[in-house]
Amino acid sequence: MSFINYASREINCKIVYYGPGLCGKTTNLQYVYQKTAADAKGKMISLATETERTLFFDFLPLSLGEIRGFKTRFHLYTVPGQVFYDASRKLILKGVDGVVFVADSQEERYDANIESLDNLRFNLEEQGYDLDKIPFIIQYNKRDLPNAMPLEELRKDLNLTGVPDFEACAATGEGVFETLKAVAKLILVDLKKGS
Amino acid sequence: MASPQLVMYDEEFRQINIVIDKLLREANAKVIFLVDKNGQLISGVGEVERFDTTSLASLTAGNIAATGGLAKLIGEKEFSILFHEGEKDNLHISIVGGRVILVVLFDSRSSLGLVRLRVKKASDELTVIFDGLMQKAEEKEKSGTTDFPFAEITDDDIDNLFS
Repeated sequence: MSFINYASREINCKIVYYGPGLCGKTTNLQYVYQKTAADAKGKMISLATETERTLFFDFLPLSLGEIRGFKTRFHLYTVPGQVFYDASRKLILKGVDGVVFVADSQEERYDANIESLDNLRFNLEEQGYDLDKIPFIIQYNKRDLPNAMPLEELRKDLNLTGVPDFEACAATGEGVFETLKAVAKLILVDLKKGS
Repeated sequence: MASPQLVMYDEEFRQINIVIDKLLREANAKVIFLVDKNGQLISGVGEVERFDTTSLASLTAGNIAATGGLAKLIGEKEFSILFHEGEKDNLHISIVGGRVILVVLFDSRSSLGLVRLRVKKASDELTVIFDGLMQKAEEKEKSGTTDFPFAEITDDDIDNLFS
């Protein structure tokens, strides 16, 4: 649910990175943070455990520039991927404008991907959203690893509705900005339609 | 959409700032923020430049969401007031009109009792403004007269953001 402020001429939108544990959601945000000019980003916040696993969320505010005199700001959030943090994941989906599902391409994470995607759909429904109706992008991460599954296989099982999808290696940054731009664009197009 | 879009207009923005400005003085507070439950900062008065307001807004909303989850687990609707006590500064966080979060930062020049008292009065005033704001947004949507800027936006405008 975007926030349009006519008083300060700003549009604020919320993007959530979802996916199984250790799939690279936080790494996506870290790369965006590293590569964004200082004046276009705020502080990145990570609520993580001592072993750097996300406990509640990561948060990164970005300013993309102006559209027709309105500043566009995007708030990027990640959810904790581990299964038992489901209560926290639900909270972070509140008011979401667009979702990026980060899939782990490794063969042994296949089931975790499917489970997480089901969990995303279910949790969104609980908040009153339909995954098929909101801006949604899939990123196949860790393409560089030797045990990565073929793209077509992943696509067949994860991208059932044919949403825009990208291959990525979040650690080196490959595909990270392509993913972000795609979801931001879908959100803006969605807002335009909404008018 | 799960909930209606939050829209803020100049007129209501001014009214809100008058209320929280008055609260700032009457409660002897350092800073006051109004935050949407989704973590967007709506407005702030006082020594705002000393703080990372965006992060503060996001964490406050996360805090309210987490304690809201706790409340539901024990059969409460929500915890409408949170209080964090620090060595020097304290945070009084409350939910206004079920939808926005009022954050009051104060030190030893004020007291929890005073803040609670003043917040209660300001909350009532803010609730009226936000109710009016929601009604206005709904009416504009129904009549199709939204001054929503996106109607005229072209695909090129969106592409230009990323060039």
